[in-house]
Amino acid sequence: MTVSPRNGTRTKRVHMAKISMIVNGNPVTGNIDPRTLLVQFLRENLRLTGTHVGCDTSQCGACVVHLDGKAVKSCTTLAVMADGHEVKTIEGLAADGAPLHPMQEAFREHHGLQCGFCTPGMIMTAVDLVHRKGHDLSDHLIREELEGNLCRCTGYQNIVASIAAGAKAMAKSDLA
Amino acid sequence: MYEFKYHRPSTVRQAANLLIKNEDAKLIAGGHTLVPVMKQRLAAPPHIIDLSHIEGVDGIEMKGRSLVIGALAKHAAVAASPIVGEAIPALAELAGLIGDPAVRHKGTIGGSLANNDPTADYPAAVMALGATITTNKRKLKPEEFFQGLFTTALEADEIITKVSFPVPKKAAYIKFRNQASRYALVGVFVARLPSGVRVTVTGAGSDGVFRVEEFEAALQKRFSPKALDGLTVPAEGLNSDLHGSAEYRAHLIGVLAKRAVEAANNRA
Repeated sequence: MTVSPRNGTRTKRVHMAKISMIVNGNPVTGNIDPRTLLVQFLRENLRLTGTHVGCDTSQCGACVVHLDGKAVKSCTTLAVMADGHEVKTIEGLAADGAPLHPMQEAFREHHGLQCGFCTPGMIMTAVDLVHRKGHDLSDHLIREELEGNLCRCTGYQNIVASIAAGAKAMAKSDLA
Repeated sequence: MYEFKYHRPSTVRQAANLLIKNEDAKLIAGGHTLVPVMKQRLAAPPHIIDLSHIEGVDGIEMKGRSLVIGALAKHAAVAASPIVGEAIPALAELAGLIGDPAVRHKGTIGGSLANNDPTADYPAAVMALGATITTNKRKLKPEEFFQGLFTTALEADEIITKVSFPVPKKAAYIKFRNQASRYALVGVFVARLPSGVRVTVTGAGSDGVFRVEEFEAALQKRFSPKALDGLTVPAEGLNSDLHGSAEYRAHLIGVLAKRAVEAANNRA
């Protein structure tokens, strides 16, 4: 038991957990409360605020990142469970100052966003989709695959167009 | 989310020992049911035992005439597996209908079965195919394993390790999804096995997955959608909520069962 310096009440000591993982190619470590969500670790500890928290109930997909190359909802993943694994966030798609990743560029070109809140999750989901299903994607397939990503502005039309174009552009790009 | 102590065993045996030592501990695999309910403070386990770092429990293989899937196999892996697609395509399709792509990258078959959500998909397949659920202690048939709403035969220190599915002659799963949650409002799995026809329903029963023996008997005589003409399921005991009344669900069971038989026949 320890005494909290703030209000003098007795609180139980939190069992902290040491974690290390590769985020956007860089090794990072943390000493965290095990209930820390992956999205909290990314945003609050690493200050990678491109990954968003929308619904916080694993439905909206604003928090999608890649864990070992696969799209996952970081609001429903404990950071300790990603210990020893590899994470890629929207910040890791293209280097700082370098041209955008083809999927990001396609969203810009095709106006695949309005407010932009859902965009990081949309793009991470789209890149994962291309990895799984290739570069020639039908509108129907894209809409099916966007089941777990919600946009409240666009009505999806331009997002679907962006992903179809981004998927083709990725075939000619060195960026995965 | 309330505080918990985190444990990371590297074998099933270690995990079982941790369950014995720590009262009210919860196992976590994909975490896509447990993490949300912990965030809502509907569950507050003092200990979390993370199974996700245990190796060798996520395999998918044919063993004799059975398809054996490791408890930690992800829904995405089952959906994409050529082995599953070849042996029981209905099962691969079912796995591909769970949640959304990101959820399927995390959720596991063992987690889904242990949770026994009344709207989950896997219980319908396990019961229709008469699969055997193997734990660290014993083997269980679906009728023993599923014991009602979020309740299974699993003991406090018992962990699912694999599920063995007999390969059916024909099978199909038709799911009527809740448009918002994508859970099954009603899902019907029809399987024609050497031992007979089985029809199971998820999403509708207030006690979870169940068999429709009247449909099974009719389909046993003639495996055709027409065999189900005029047969209905009573609305009593079915769920009724803002998404659909018990009567509506009862009607859907009949409709989906016919579609499942048709799909099963078309596949062969």
